Amino acid sequence: MIARIFLILFLGALLGACGTTPKKSGDVAVEDRSTAIDADIDTDTPDTGEGAQSFGMEDAETATLSQLEDPANLLSVRIIYFDYDSNAILPQFNEAIQAHASFLQANPGIAMTLEGHADERGSREYNLALGERRALAVEKQLVILGAAPAQIRTVSYGEERPAADGHDQEAWALNRRVEFVY
Amino acid sequence: MNINRYVINAISVILLLAAVQAPAQGELEILIDTGIEDPLSIAIVPFGWQGAPDAQPADLHVTIANDLARSGRFSTMDEEDMPQKPTGYGQVNFKDWQLLQMENLVIGNLAQTPAGGFEIEFRLLDVYKGSQLVGFRIAATQKQLRQTAHRISDIIFEKLIGIRGAFNTRIAYITVRKNAEGEELHTLQIADADGFNPRTLLEAKEPLLSPAWSPDGRHLAYVSFEERGSSVFLQDIRTGQREKVASHDGINSAPSFSPDGRRLALTLSKEGDPEIFVLHLSGNSLQRITRNRAIDTEPNWSPDGKKLAFTSDRGGSPQIYEVDLRGGKPKRLTFDGPYFARPRYSPDGRGLTLVHGNNGIYRIGYLDLQNQYLSILTNNRLDESPSFSPNGSMIIYATAGRDGSELAAVSADGSVHQRLALQDGEVREPAWGPFPVQ
Repeated sequence: MIARIFLILFLGALLGACGTTPKKSGDVAVEDRSTAIDADIDTDTPDTGEGAQSFGMEDAETATLSQLEDPANLLSVRIIYFDYDSNAILPQFNEAIQAHASFLQANPGIAMTLEGHADERGSREYNLALGERRALAVEKQLVILGAAPAQIRTVSYGEERPAADGHDQEAWALNRRVEFVY
Repeated sequence: MNINRYVINAISVILLLAAVQAPAQGELEILIDTGIEDPLSIAIVPFGWQGAPDAQPADLHVTIANDLARSGRFSTMDEEDMPQKPTGYGQVNFKDWQLLQMENLVIGNLAQTPAGGFEIEFRLLDVYKGSQLVGFRIAATQKQLRQTAHRISDIIFEKLIGIRGAFNTRIAYITVRKNAEGEELHTLQIADADGFNPRTLLEAKEPLLSPAWSPDGRHLAYVSFEERGSSVFLQDIRTGQREKVASHDGINSAPSFSPDGRRLALTLSKEGDPEIFVLHLSGNSLQRITRNRAIDTEPNWSPDGKKLAFTSDRGGSPQIYEVDLRGGKPKRLTFDGPYFARPRYSPDGRGLTLVHGNNGIYRIGYLDLQNQYLSILTNNRLDESPSFSPNGSMIIYATAGRDGSELAAVSADGSVHQRLALQDGEVREPAWGPFPVQ
């Protein structure tokens, strides 16, 4: 299932790339591309039939968002986790990063932010740097896989915004993370 | 035995304090875990007051006794154990105090002047020699009475211990509270070194970090996340006026003032990775100090102004380095462990306090720069943000408590331990301010 969605996304990205001339965001080209993707994954997102007929910006946005919000879509993976004091991307997150890169490549008008975080251990300032390093590692990977640098912003919150409040291994594992914010 | 007696005394001082002057909500309460093995005994007799008993504006002796007990170096006598309560030198019966093995005695008077101010006179007496060690007369307004008590504590401390006292100083720290909706409220506060007179300098919904004092005690630099991502601000403590001094792409953090107050060392990642910069406050020019693809952060200025200590993982793990500002390669200072961070020079420049991590345990350490000897001063699980008192005798830091972060302090030799608890919410990132400008 996941592999299929991934393939469709990838095809969508290809279609988008072939079917239109690259232009800046907010113009018709962007809308065309989105509707093309949505038409392909019609079975997963039943509402998109309308989108194929309409060229209104609002509908295109809705269609793109629905893709982002589909829990079955790999794009729904918005948080990836890290080992202690490490910014190495763990292999289990490669697919999700690939999906986000393809999505960004297919939708050059969309920008997103990578928020880097650390667990509470050690010094706060070092953790702020570590959070940035994690966000930059993900950004680098997204760009290698096709996203444009201008689409990605990075910000580090260090240990200041924990996802889990506890003070144990379980909480720390959940807090060493990069969040994809669209 | 000594410790037990001492702890009981310390606790009774705190109870007495609570009874006389119940701390307002949000104040820090200071509890002493352990003091030195053989503290000096001292009795602070209630000061004489000629006016109506209920018109007495302050219990100076309570503040002084609390200060001295808090240092861990004194055992203070309970008021009800005192054989007499003299206020003048001629009234003192030294024999009575000698029988109780009381080494030192403080007596004094508080009087209102015709102009409406106050005059405080006090004497520190050596009980066994039967003589006066020091005596002072100090004028104060009503608002300055607590501060005057701290000044008296400073004088006593310096006379008996031989180190300048740091009771008349302030600390800055960050508090975090959650409201009913679960939203966090972050505040930047300053308080007297004994936790009294807390004042909020800034409230924010986004995190605040790394308060740093200017050498004249008039400004604080800190990191705020109010503009999505980190920026460094400078705030005038008296006027509240604030100025954004660094807000580049990436990290803007870890401010540390130069001893002359004219420059700010900080961490910026605008060129791709965290590097140490020096910001010249007049003219706003930036000077890059480190050049390395690793994390370089947490700079701290040496007291002579010539060097910066900082944290870097250029060797594969976070370690402390020192760089000469006139140029040259940074020198690695720590070797004995997998994690060292957040260096702060001692006021005499002879050592550094830092965070030492090993096997998931993070403690406060002191590195002697003369002989490279590392001592671990604390015995907790998750300690951070150590900061020296301006006289170098204590280190205040943050530690994981039952309800989140709280403050604690340890003497520079590791013998005296204190906890500073906030009544509600977390308190973190303490920074001990400088001596007051005379």
